[in-house]
Amino acid sequence: MSNTMTGAQALIHALESQGVDIVFGVPGGAILPAYDPLLDSPIRHVLARHEQGAGHMASGYAHATGRVGVMVATSGPGATNLITPLQDCYMDSIPVVAITGQVATHSIGNDAFQEAHTWGISMPATKHNYLVTDAADIPEVINEAFHLASTGRPGPVLVDLPKDVLAATMTWHEPKAIKLPGYRPSVKGHPLQVKAAIDLILESERPVLYTGGGVIRAGAADELRAFAELADLPVVTTLMARGAMPDSHPLCLGMSGMHGSYTATTAIQRSDLLVAIAARFDDRVTGEVKSFAPKAKVIHVDVDPAEISKVRKADVPIVGDAKAILGQLIDVMEKKLGGHRSPERTEWHEQIAEWQRDYPLAFEQDPNGPIQQQYVISELHRLTGGNAIVVAGVGQHQMWAAQFWGFERPNTWINSGGLGTMGYAVPAAVGAKAGMPDDIVFAIDGDGCFQMTMQELITASVEGIPAKIAVMNNGSLGMVKQWQKLFYHERFSATDLTRHTPDYVKLAEAMGCVGIRAERPADVVPALEKALAINDKPVVIDFVCDPDAMVFPMVVAGGTNDNVIMSASDLPDPAGPQPEDVI
Amino acid sequence: MNHVINVQVENKPGVLARVASMFAGRGFNIHSLAVGPTADPEMSRMTIVVDGPEMEQIIKQLYKLVHTVKVTELSPGQGIEREIMMVRVNAEASKRAEILEAAAIFKAKTVDVGLSTLTFELAGDPAALGDFLELMRPYGITDMAKSGRIAISRDVKTNGKKGRLRSA
Ligand SMILES: Cc1ncc(C[n+]2csc(CCOP(=O)(O)OP(=O)(O)O)c2C)c(N)n1
Ligand SMILES: [Mg+2]
Repeated sequence: MSNTMTGAQALIHALESQGVDIVFGVPGGAILPAYDPLLDSPIRHVLARHEQGAGHMASGYAHATGRVGVMVATSGPGATNLITPLQDCYMDSIPVVAITGQVATHSIGNDAFQEAHTWGISMPATKHNYLVTDAADIPEVINEAFHLASTGRPGPVLVDLPKDVLAATMTWHEPKAIKLPGYRPSVKGHPLQVKAAIDLILESERPVLYTGGGVIRAGAADELRAFAELADLPVVTTLMARGAMPDSHPLCLGMSGMHGSYTATTAIQRSDLLVAIAARFDDRVTGEVKSFAPKAKVIHVDVDPAEISKVRKADVPIVGDAKAILGQLIDVMEKKLGGHRSPERTEWHEQIAEWQRDYPLAFEQDPNGPIQQQYVISELHRLTGGNAIVVAGVGQHQMWAAQFWGFERPNTWINSGGLGTMGYAVPAAVGAKAGMPDDIVFAIDGDGCFQMTMQELITASVEGIPAKIAVMNNGSLGMVKQWQKLFYHERFSATDLTRHTPDYVKLAEAMGCVGIRAERPADVVPALEKALAINDKPVVIDFVCDPDAMVFPMVVAGGTNDNVIMSASDLPDPAGPQPEDVI
Repeated sequence: MNHVINVQVENKPGVLARVASMFAGRGFNIHSLAVGPTADPEMSRMTIVVDGPEMEQIIKQLYKLVHTVKVTELSPGQGIEREIMMVRVNAEASKRAEILEAAAIFKAKTVDVGLSTLTFELAGDPAALGDFLELMRPYGITDMAKSGRIAISRDVKTNGKKGRLRSA
């Protein structure tokens, strides 16, 4: 290969050097030069039907594989369509790189055709971003972009490439050593802090390991489990940490927070020590901050120092990588215990077991009634033995999936936690399946969400990416409707989707997928079995579900976690305080 | 209370926009901001005066920006702080002498003389600038321009060790 090449060739070459095997994108005028050398590259390009879809595909791919996902778009509308996925990845710390075309450098600022100030627009939605003005910088910029996306607290990085820079001639060189004097993420935790943490843990009577999505991003699930067992610590997994600890493990209490289990939420409330590992005290977890875990001291491990003491003051802050620090915690704990078992906290374990007994996550499926979503999820789990990657949209179905799917492995739960992006599931499932072709990838999607991004099923069938989608068709924007029912005197404003229900089976077929419908509980298992038997095409199952079901347990937004509402019968007084938060 | 922080950033295009955007996005208030070169041509210094209780978060969020190399909060008394101001006051003939006398006490330089105004330049400690403004206010201030604050930390003064240049 000659060393003289265009900026566009350098870009593709740089992506190849990063080990990129697949990119998701939509071409256009400004990015055209980059699409030409892509034809000759081993990198697979998946043509999305909307750039938002391309972005969520890159995110789903990164979630499932742990590798950096890549999205590509042209300037202007292509780039602005990427903003939602970028912000989504930013909130959930997902490593992705976005490559965007830009108008030629001499046109920038002239309101040229398809010009947008992509660098400025994407700045607050990315960990870092670049506007490349010289083709000679491409090797370094791409190398830095991947480094930033995948190290420290992972996140999205955008590289904006003007058309003339892509067209310019440059001489390829291996990227120079990365020089970022202001970017030195800590890996190891401070040994004194680690010791202090172990002392607190040994003294504690009611400790809880409160784990966040960072445990999964850090690849620290094995260390988490080993530490929990060594120190005998009950584990709560946030929405983003589902799968970080096997749900079948006796120490695992599942998800806490707004729709968490009574046990997980209450164990945190009553704890005297919270060991937060790569979790960020999100408002969906804490409820009202001032009454959150009021008696607990806090050990906070996070790779991002800005997360520590942002919401809740940490007594023992430890900055660094969750995997490295869990390793350190294990070492110090083993030394301290010197072969003995960690202190028995019999009372605490008994208390937890009692809550688990008294307040289980449960549902009832009346064989003659409408389909309950929890039933679909449980049956799918049974039929797959839990061996599937589950992707969710945002709404009631997402919460039920998080509650009722027994997660056993990390990277098997893909959802939009921080941003709560409706429409995430279909494209994210396509991206996940592209990255993990041998796994079953099943999206649990809402009918509202599905209508936002379902066109990516065309991408899936054209590209031979057989993801499976369960459309939980409750005829409504169910989660919003639930709030209207609970807090707005059942005034259902703009949440009904039944004024025209599209025929999801026909839609699926029109997009090259197999469509299946399940209307009664008896249809559920055969429909799932049929879907699981199809491996050459994407499948959509229209589950016609109970339109009135509500998600419980529930803590009212901004309310105290002391008040876990278990069912519609212990609802707050509608005349009482109204939620001030957003869904 | 106002806090003064010095932020050493890589001298890259758009770095000011990143800092400003971070402050806006996180709801932190900037009281004043001054940007300029440092002794190292690859670095710039921003002196930011912020009011607000969230100092710890502000500093951490500044560090989170990839181009931020060092953030130093100057505790009161620890830093040397300066501002520069130009102020135009009404000065009819009968008042000129007393205005000039006051200006002389503050060592303000007269930079422009108009038919009925005087314009002073004053650089120094922000408190002194404030005092001078108060003194001039009764005469009628017709225009004013003030820089953002710049600051540098005081160097070590002990005899034994050699004073070294601390990066502030
Ligand atoms: C892009 C976007 N728009 C609006 C919302 C607000 N919102 C949260 S859940 C929800 C309803 C989701 O409906 P559906 O997909 O049918 O899921 P369900 O709650 O019925 O299971 C809405 C509108 C959102 N989260 N994201
Ligand atoms: Mg719905």
